[in-house]
Amino acid sequence: MFARGLVPLSIASVVLVVGAFALVFFYAPNDADQGFIQKIFYLHVPLAIVALCGFMAGGVWGIRHLRDGDRAHDLRSYVAIHLALIFGVGALVTGSIWAKASWGHWWLWDEPTLVSFLIVFLLYACYTPLRFSIEDPERQARTAAVFAILGGAFVPLNFLAVRMAESLTHPRVLSATGGSMPGSMRLTFLVALAGMAVLFVTLCKYELTSKEASMKLRALRRRLADDEDAAWTPTRRSAAPQQL
Amino acid sequence: MPALPLDDAGPYVAAAYLVFVALILIYVAIMASKLVRIARQLGELTELLDRRRRRDGELDAEAEEAVSR
Amino acid sequence: MTSEGCSGEARARPTPVPEGRVPPMRRAVGALVRKDLRIELRTGEAVPAMLLFSVSTFVLFHFALDRRSVEGELAAGVLWVTLLFAAVLGIVRLFVAEREQGGFDGFLLAPVDRTSLFVAKAAVLFCFLAAVELAAVPAFAILLLEPTPWEAAPELVAVLLLADVGVAVVGTLIGALGIQTRARELIVPILALPLLIPLAIAAARATSPLLLEAGAEAVPGRWLLVLGLYDLVFGLLAFAVFDFLLEE
Repeated sequence: MFARGLVPLSIASVVLVVGAFALVFFYAPNDADQGFIQKIFYLHVPLAIVALCGFMAGGVWGIRHLRDGDRAHDLRSYVAIHLALIFGVGALVTGSIWAKASWGHWWLWDEPTLVSFLIVFLLYACYTPLRFSIEDPERQARTAAVFAILGGAFVPLNFLAVRMAESLTHPRVLSATGGSMPGSMRLTFLVALAGMAVLFVTLCKYELTSKEASMKLRALRRRLADDEDAAWTPTRRSAAPQQL
Repeated sequence: MPALPLDDAGPYVAAAYLVFVALILIYVAIMASKLVRIARQLGELTELLDRRRRRDGELDAEAEEAVSR
Repeated sequence: MTSEGCSGEARARPTPVPEGRVPPMRRAVGALVRKDLRIELRTGEAVPAMLLFSVSTFVLFHFALDRRSVEGELAAGVLWVTLLFAAVLGIVRLFVAEREQGGFDGFLLAPVDRTSLFVAKAAVLFCFLAAVELAAVPAFAILLLEPTPWEAAPELVAVLLLADVGVAVVGTLIGALGIQTRARELIVPILALPLLIPLAIAAARATSPLLLEAGAEAVPGRWLLVLGLYDLVFGLLAFAVFDFLLEE
């Protein structure tokens, strides 16, 4: 069910990501202020944007699960949030490296995007423990959907609040450039953003297909389990949806 | 074509891109182990089915013998 | 618990009944609020503990910060961190009685709108918070505050109330989420604190001009706006989403 379009998507992500990296190192000019360090921008910002969109997409799938009870939506929500967390780790680490290289500190409280991202990350890090602590699969799916919706609404609110909290005293430090972005940089950034987005969707489909295969295999085992020599182990407690 | 500058900035930029590559490859490794597990379970199930077919085949053969006697 | 049998009936929305048969929502809310407040007055589990915790935390801050008094931004920060942690204590206990004594089943069988449970619990949490603040803020003023905040009292009360609404709404949601899990006491704090950070930011920024040593200044209106927006967004979300948390 989920595998449709996986191969073309993976090819597209290879093309876009590799193309973006090529543009970053061979085409985009060095920034006037930050120099070579600014190249991290093409990695950090797309990772952060895609992660935040992934969190919000998880909320949207949560809404759809609550509306019609279809467990496939819950699985999509779980995978989206899961992968967004991984991309989020990447965004935080690359942001920290950028901060160290630019300003000498591993963390910048003055940079509102980094700070609000940390808060969002702290919140979504609770998603998997929350799922794991509920055994009944229907309850687990519903509670997780509610949490995903709350989190999805939280992301823009949080960004607004943090932005407002820092804006008066500290100017943006990790901005893309000193002034406006020249066209070549903008193109590189857009290609990088597109590459990350397509990569995210590809990885989502990859994981969904793998989970679907595992589920079908488990169902097959159960069907053959009336035979004595079939070793059917009952499903362990898990944070991920086990059945569609 | 700019070569990688050997000043202070180079290692940091390289580190950032390496983090990205590492995340992707770690993900590939995890998915690989899942795939291996799926393949193994498929093999077990196929063997199970074969055993069952053989046993049913023997039962059929026994039944025919009993009838013909 | 399977969803067949009697729970299946509880799951269905009440079929249309003639006017006057289904009690209006405010009756249900009123009954639930009265029940919880009465329990609290008799057993006194939540509010005294929250109050005691707040005062102990003030003492802790005195030693941890090694200061005799705080003012301005530091004062606002100490006050709001303490209040939020005390609120978390209250949130953990909010639905425990329902869970342990079968109150959920009883409520689900009653022909009332399920959102009334949310409104009732949020109102109860709001009352608890208000009660705690009634004693904790003066305690804070006596223990740690150099300037007397009495001239700024109306604004302070307004900020406290506005923030309490947000904490009550979000707290009830998280309490209901947490009641589903086995690790309730752990899940609730780690879920509540990130969600409450925007509220904490807005509340602290709004309170800090009121606690200045030189004399209270005006509250920046934009933080009150943020508080109101937070309350509105999560309030609407809670209305939309709470039903699903109650289904068996």
